[in-house]
Amino acid sequence: MDHNRASRRSFLALATATPLVATVLASCGDSGPAGSGSADTATDWILTGQPKEGIRQTAVDDWNEAHEDQQIKTSAFQNDAYKAKIKTAIGAGQAPTIIFGWGGGTLRDYAQQNLVDDLTPWLQENPDVKDRLFDAAFAAGTVEGKVYGLPTETVQPLVLFYNKKLFGQVNAEPPTTWDELMALVPKFNAAGIAPISLGGQSRWTNMMWLELLFDRIGGPELFESIYNGQPNWTDPAAIDALTKVQDLVKADGFIKGFASITADSNADQALLYTGKAAMMLHGTWTYGGMKTDGGDFVSGGDLGYMNFPAVTGGKGDPANTFGNPAQYVSISSKATQAQKDIALAFFKGGLLQEKEAEAYVTEAGEVPILKGIDSSFSGSDDADWLKFVYDLATNAPSFAQSWDQALSPTEAETLLDNIEKLFGLAITPQEFADNMNAAIGS
Amino acid sequence: MSAAPPAVAAKVPSAKHTSTGRLGWLVLPALLIFVAFAVVPLIGVFVLSFTSWDGIGSISFAGFDSWKSVLTDPGLPHALWITFLIIVLSWIAQTPLSILLGVFISGSQKYRAVLAVLFFLPLLLSAAAVSIAYKALLDPNFGLGPGLNLSFLTQDWLGRPALAMGVVIFIIAWQWIPFHSLIFQGAVRQIPASMYEAAQIDGAGRMRQFFSITLPQLKNTLITSSTLQVVGSLTTFDLIFVLTGGGPNDGTRALALDMYLTGFRANQMGLASAIAVILVVVGLVLAQLLQRLGGRERNSQLEGA
Repeated sequence: MDHNRASRRSFLALATATPLVATVLASCGDSGPAGSGSADTATDWILTGQPKEGIRQTAVDDWNEAHEDQQIKTSAFQNDAYKAKIKTAIGAGQAPTIIFGWGGGTLRDYAQQNLVDDLTPWLQENPDVKDRLFDAAFAAGTVEGKVYGLPTETVQPLVLFYNKKLFGQVNAEPPTTWDELMALVPKFNAAGIAPISLGGQSRWTNMMWLELLFDRIGGPELFESIYNGQPNWTDPAAIDALTKVQDLVKADGFIKGFASITADSNADQALLYTGKAAMMLHGTWTYGGMKTDGGDFVSGGDLGYMNFPAVTGGKGDPANTFGNPAQYVSISSKATQAQKDIALAFFKGGLLQEKEAEAYVTEAGEVPILKGIDSSFSGSDDADWLKFVYDLATNAPSFAQSWDQALSPTEAETLLDNIEKLFGLAITPQEFADNMNAAIGS
Repeated sequence: MSAAPPAVAAKVPSAKHTSTGRLGWLVLPALLIFVAFAVVPLIGVFVLSFTSWDGIGSISFAGFDSWKSVLTDPGLPHALWITFLIIVLSWIAQTPLSILLGVFISGSQKYRAVLAVLFFLPLLLSAAAVSIAYKALLDPNFGLGPGLNLSFLTQDWLGRPALAMGVVIFIIAWQWIPFHSLIFQGAVRQIPASMYEAAQIDGAGRMRQFFSITLPQLKNTLITSSTLQVVGSLTTFDLIFVLTGGGPNDGTRALALDMYLTGFRANQMGLASAIAVILVVVGLVLAQLLQRLGGRERNSQLEGA
């Protein structure tokens, strides 16, 4: 009887400890009702968040209205939730017909596993699809010379935003070099203003500073070589960039408590437009948010923007930029032929057409990746801004893709982990470099 | 989960034995569900821990590779340490308060019932919602501190490892103390009033009554409550995931979170499965230990029974 008891007890203990494991496995198989759709309806997952959710949805609605026999069904997901869901859905063979993404390492994974279709032959048959889009946008959608992701939507380079009012208050000029930026730090701190806003808990926000410092000091070739598998994180230029970023942290360049601020809630943007911080390095996608949430900050002309400052003696061209060259759509190889045909027809005649492009310009304040789109800026309230982004993106000698998108998901996670520790001064630049070299190719 | 049999049954052990044998088949549905949703996935995870899989491609057998890298990675002792801290600190934060509150609300006055309902509220909220709310309140720039101009509240709460751990423990306690108070309240109400009357006649004061009668009588409840706390802390995930994401500098990266991040962010399902198996083993060992601690005696706690 005693033995009986013990076994029942361990049974209960087991029961209390295992639901977690069960949850993990269960979530692997979670595909959602919109997963495969019926055989002759294509499915498309889009991202939530206005105004772009509405623009994406309208493009599909218009298509459905005009093509009764080629229907597309959308489901909308939040950005971060989408990234996790699409991965598990593809793994479970439940992917939507149209796979939206950011190209780079993730798309390369899909392509190497034959989970997405090669679009190259289709693009050769339909040269007009390719000819109207920015040439530079194709690189991050291309794997081993074949196009797996068709670029779409907008170009999103990184920009150094600043609050003109605060610069006037301390009588300072926007920094054109790294030294000038460092000199501004004590000036703003003395005035009780945080020099730089940063949503450090999101980690990729910190990464943007490293990307541009690497570029300005070592040139785009430096990261290119790391991307191609050479252990160059320990290169003197890389160590210099890593040291410079820690110098900035130590000088209180970033707002106090940056490690507990997230970018998801747009708190970092709020710090800039409420006058708590003077500068912010961010993607152009933040412009729309500051315009809607920032009161008269943008419309009143208080928002300043410029390309990242040069580093004296650095190898990189100060006109280079980083960010998202475009967003990408791919076709699931698991979709039926009918679904694929609908998706391709939509890519050709429904995606990024005139109406959608115009909406990105007027509603979101972003630049669609269409050649000659700059001629449509003149009527917009944001004409100066749009012209700036267009020129930045099209004139940059190098427009590199964000590291976390370019690298494989495994390597990107190691990178973000180490970046958090680098900014938290928990590891030295040398330790960072060694950790990253060890992770290359994983 | 109480270890000791009910007082009545203890007096007639033979009756209990036969009833268990006759009604054994009642366990069947529960057993089937348990096998389908706990045992089968557990075996699956164990098998996965010997493979290499990025979550989307094909699964390939990798022998002990995952186990080797998990067991040699300094991340594992760190995650175990963080998990241990959460278990111990949250137990210390919850248990004494839960007992005191439980004793307090076990009285019969009406206002106590109202209070009990009021502070039961945190338990009704999801951990994710609670985390988001606390995150907003603790924001160093737009939160409660700067809003009310209270400088002691204006800390980098989630930006320093020690503070972030403190916040995690506080929120766990805030959310779960009501639940454990409720368990203790029930247990206190089971203690016969005659014991207190006898003590009073012997001249024992309120303090003496609490330490000599109430506390010893709560022993089995304490074991139950502790088991729930330990296993709960061991698998704390949603709260930390939403609040800190494991940061800052891995300061709150507990074992369950480590498993998720390894599996679903870094795409290393093999490694994550190995971590999951370790998690199950640690959970079993802890639960067993706690049961041993209080489950040995067969007799009731009631005097004379």
